[in-house]
Amino acid sequence: MNVIVEREKGLLELEQRIAALKAQAAQQPVDMGGVIQALEAKYAEIQREVFGTMTPWQRVNMARHPKRPLGSDYLAAFDQFDELHGDRHFHDDHAIIGGFAKLRGRRVMAIAQDKGRDTREKVMRNFGMPAPEGYRKVTRLVALAEHLRLPVVTFIDTNGADPGIGSEERAQAEAIAQSLYELADAQIPIVATVIGEGGSGGALALGLADRVLMLEHSVYSVASPEGAAAILWGDAARAEEAASRLRLTSDDLLQFGIIDEIVGEPLGGAHRDAGGTIARVLDAVDAALGVLVKVPLPDLLDRRYMKFRRIGAPVS
Amino acid sequence: MPEWLRLRRAQPIPAEDAAQWTKCPKCSEMIYRPDVATNLWVCPRCQHHFRMHAFDRISMLVDSDFTEIGGDLLPGDPLGWTDKVPYPQKLDRDRAKSKLTEGVVCGFASIGGFPVALGVMDFNFRGGTMGTVVGERIAQLFEQARDRRVPCVVFTASGGARMEEGMLALMQMAKTTLAVRRFHDDGGYYISVLTDPTTGGVSASFAFQADVIVAEARAAIGFAGRRVIEQTIRQKLPDNFQTAEFLLEKGALDVVVERRDLKALLMRLLDYGVGAKQASNGRAAVTPAAALPSPSETRA
Ligand SMILES: [Zn+2]
Repeated sequence: MNVIVEREKGLLELEQRIAALKAQAAQQPVDMGGVIQALEAKYAEIQREVFGTMTPWQRVNMARHPKRPLGSDYLAAFDQFDELHGDRHFHDDHAIIGGFAKLRGRRVMAIAQDKGRDTREKVMRNFGMPAPEGYRKVTRLVALAEHLRLPVVTFIDTNGADPGIGSEERAQAEAIAQSLYELADAQIPIVATVIGEGGSGGALALGLADRVLMLEHSVYSVASPEGAAAILWGDAARAEEAASRLRLTSDDLLQFGIIDEIVGEPLGGAHRDAGGTIARVLDAVDAALGVLVKVPLPDLLDRRYMKFRRIGAPVS
Repeated sequence: MPEWLRLRRAQPIPAEDAAQWTKCPKCSEMIYRPDVATNLWVCPRCQHHFRMHAFDRISMLVDSDFTEIGGDLLPGDPLGWTDKVPYPQKLDRDRAKSKLTEGVVCGFASIGGFPVALGVMDFNFRGGTMGTVVGERIAQLFEQARDRRVPCVVFTASGGARMEEGMLALMQMAKTTLAVRRFHDDGGYYISVLTDPTTGGVSASFAFQADVIVAEARAAIGFAGRRVIEQTIRQKLPDNFQTAEFLLEKGALDVVVERRDLKALLMRLLDYGVGAKQASNGRAAVTPAAALPSPSETRA
């Protein structure tokens, strides 16, 4: 059960009543402007009350909202996208979609995690949990981007890497380690955006970037709240408690210097205006790239090194 | 020389462990701890490899001295974490229990005459989890190894990222990766030795980024925890799943070694990686380019 979806139910009822009254008013000569206005004011008030401040757990649920824009929605909003499939060894992992793209006229390599929208697609995309082949696809595409001097743009949205027998047999750890290793020294600018859930190493494998953006109500954490609760207390059901302690919201992470920029969402979440939200994210990515492509390469790599080097420098 | 190393050199069995009997977790035999200690912490009966204390491991490997770096780096409490007990209390408890300041001991030493940068993780300290201090010490080790132009040998033992430090812990995967990559691209030679257990964020960063990846026999190695996988697929996993031998079979490791053969293997691996470079540098010095026949002479 998604707590945001639950809270939206009351609002949805009001929304329908307002729409019905408006339709009625259009047909009848009776003036209902006052009633409609009062209802709209009430609606706005409830919306502010429900979404104005959200707890970390509510943010987790917003990040997992069934209508939230997915990686493929962002790719579809590029000027142009040509998918490149597979890891060249074993399999084409559909939890990660990548390929050549044009963003505001600029040629880039775009790579996105995608959880899938309906049941069929969710199964096809393994609920957005990449197998080693997904990460090996990333490694391969980043190398190709470097070869062609194309900047890399990634979109992060995963609960974590696939925890399955096959993924372990094919060395999931090695696949993630190599994706990080490739990004560490890729001689092109990299911009990563957390658009939904950033869960553990499976998310970070696309997140070693020159600039890291985060959609306001996305979350990014050391493990999914369920995973962290299981590790800490042997009880995945204590996810809400874990979420409240992990400091996984965009404000927290901006404060820690782990992300560089927050892209705002409309009141009620990205899905209330998917097109507008996606456009704002792509604008922010484009602006970041515009700055990064002008940085001389040695400086770019030095800054990338220092950006992560200074995170969590401990007290001596 | 650190006090702990001097003690171990002088008297291989720590006095506090003497006259203790312990049960082998594998064969259940009651064994005399000093016998296990003198046997490199391997059960004399069933060859079970006990998880080693970082100090014992270093003592077993190095020729004489060990110069620690980053030992004064201590973790803060960036998240202000409290569950049953506050995070700083957990750290204090582990410090007292393990005699370690954090989950990895890093420094410089020589192994069989080869100077190396050596990092040894210890499962006794918060399950070998990687927080900011482990990440920082590992990064410093690779940076200093790069400056000193010595190979790097890292023993991993880890339950993954440290939850109590949240995203700051996860980011240590990126930090260590950058340091390893820079060391490697500058010609550095890196050998990782995966010991029981090596999982999560450590296996998915520097453990699997080495030039040569060695694993100790029967060590548990993987990304996702065994329990997590069992809960996900709702079935029991076979016993050999996520073992060193299993991953060797699948092609993920270079070599699996019994502990008694480990030091000799490391010395040979160091010789291949360092010896050839030294030899070729030497040859270049005595065979200047001018002494080689020019292409035209060769043709004629
Ligand atoms: Zn035994």
